[in-house]
Amino acid sequence: MSLIKSSLARKYVMALSGLFLVTFLILHVTINLASVFSPDFFNEASHFMGYNPIVQFLMQPILIIGVVVHFVMGFVLEIQNKKARDVSYVKYKGSANAPWVSRNMIYSGLVILAFLALHFYDFWVHEMAYKYVEANPEDPTRYYHETVEKFAPFWRTILYVVSFVLLSLHLWHGFASSFQSMGVNNKYTVGFTKFAKIFAVVVPLAFAFIAVYHHLNPITH
Amino acid sequence: MKLYLKIWRQKDASTPGKIVDYTLDGVEGDMSFLEMLDILNEELVSKGEEPVEFDHDCREGICGTCSLQINGEPHGPDRLVTTCQLHMRKFSDGDTIVIEPFRAKAFPVIKDLIVDRSAFDRIQQAGGYISVNTSGNTIDANTIPINKYDADEAMDAATCIGCGACVAACKNASAMLFTSAKVSQFALLPQGQVEATERVQNMVRQMDLEGFGNCTNTGACEVECPKGISLTNIARMNREYLSATLEG
Repeated sequence: MSLIKSSLARKYVMALSGLFLVTFLILHVTINLASVFSPDFFNEASHFMGYNPIVQFLMQPILIIGVVVHFVMGFVLEIQNKKARDVSYVKYKGSANAPWVSRNMIYSGLVILAFLALHFYDFWVHEMAYKYVEANPEDPTRYYHETVEKFAPFWRTILYVVSFVLLSLHLWHGFASSFQSMGVNNKYTVGFTKFAKIFAVVVPLAFAFIAVYHHLNPITH
Repeated sequence: MKLYLKIWRQKDASTPGKIVDYTLDGVEGDMSFLEMLDILNEELVSKGEEPVEFDHDCREGICGTCSLQINGEPHGPDRLVTTCQLHMRKFSDGDTIVIEPFRAKAFPVIKDLIVDRSAFDRIQQAGGYISVNTSGNTIDANTIPINKYDADEAMDAATCIGCGACVAACKNASAMLFTSAKVSQFALLPQGQVEATERVQNMVRQMDLEGFGNCTNTGACEVECPKGISLTNIARMNREYLSATLEG
């Protein structure tokens, strides 16, 4: 019971759900990169992800639960942490002892959450409507065109790129921090932290590259 | 040097406090921060005003009694020192210095700059002890061989003086650096193994009951700790707690 209610349990939940979402990012960026280098493979992979029952009815719900748990727990922690200092300092020099990203995870997280709403609207809602509301037949060739066309508007491309910058900041602190939360701090920590920081830059950069690439290279009919 | 002080004045726990401005002249760089406050208090007393109340005891940086949030940092801008060991040479003529009590719901203000840190005592009482036979046939601790690395790590954790700077620095007012140091100093030694499972669970439970915030690994506590207590202690506590809870 104590594992559910304690402050340390909340750390474990944040860390494990965050790590799960990191593994999802690896899959997501890999498939998305195919849209730049191999439209055929991208169509094939997207079709598989869109119609495989294990992906659709097992992995997709787990992913959604992972996202919800991560941000709900993030809000719970933020509220509790604010309560823990009921009278604010007149002067508080947070920059003297902790990096900006680590002190503002709630704000980078909120931007990512807002982005997820747009992203869900852009792709997931469209996909659900296509498959289950309009009951269209399977078309394994549509994904590449749909994706590239999404990035035709300049505003959407900019919103995506800004969100990826915030994702990078969020991962910069969150990825390495998750291992500390799970109690892993040993001789490998320095190396792992470097890897986590590189990951925090490279993966969002790849996402941003994909969005910008499709914006600059529209499909000409 | 001449300093402009902005000091939190609060009559008692139930009366709202406020920042009061003071100007203090003739401060020397060799004075400690607390000696500077002593001079201010002498001036206030000579004028018939009530002196500024602040915590202090050994003034040697080892007792953990002094506190103060100085210009937004616990124990001021210097590193690895307590307020009593902070020298005024760290400030310049004409500086404005904001002096406040450590802020946390679990550290209520008693008066002016003095806060009640007995929450730390209760965390310690919840599990920061070992069972040793003291009936006259006590076994010498050195009869149990302990490797140097573990002994050093345990000693490093045990240097925590419980001043509360970790809580004051943390944006979440979390007490995990303190609690983890107190868990670690026993967890690393064979003498601490008897109560290991209950210790970490009881201390964390008490820490939560006191109303401290959650750790978000910003590392502010480690930077501001006057004794350099490491974040590795928090990771150790997280490990100990996870295994203790899973063991039941």
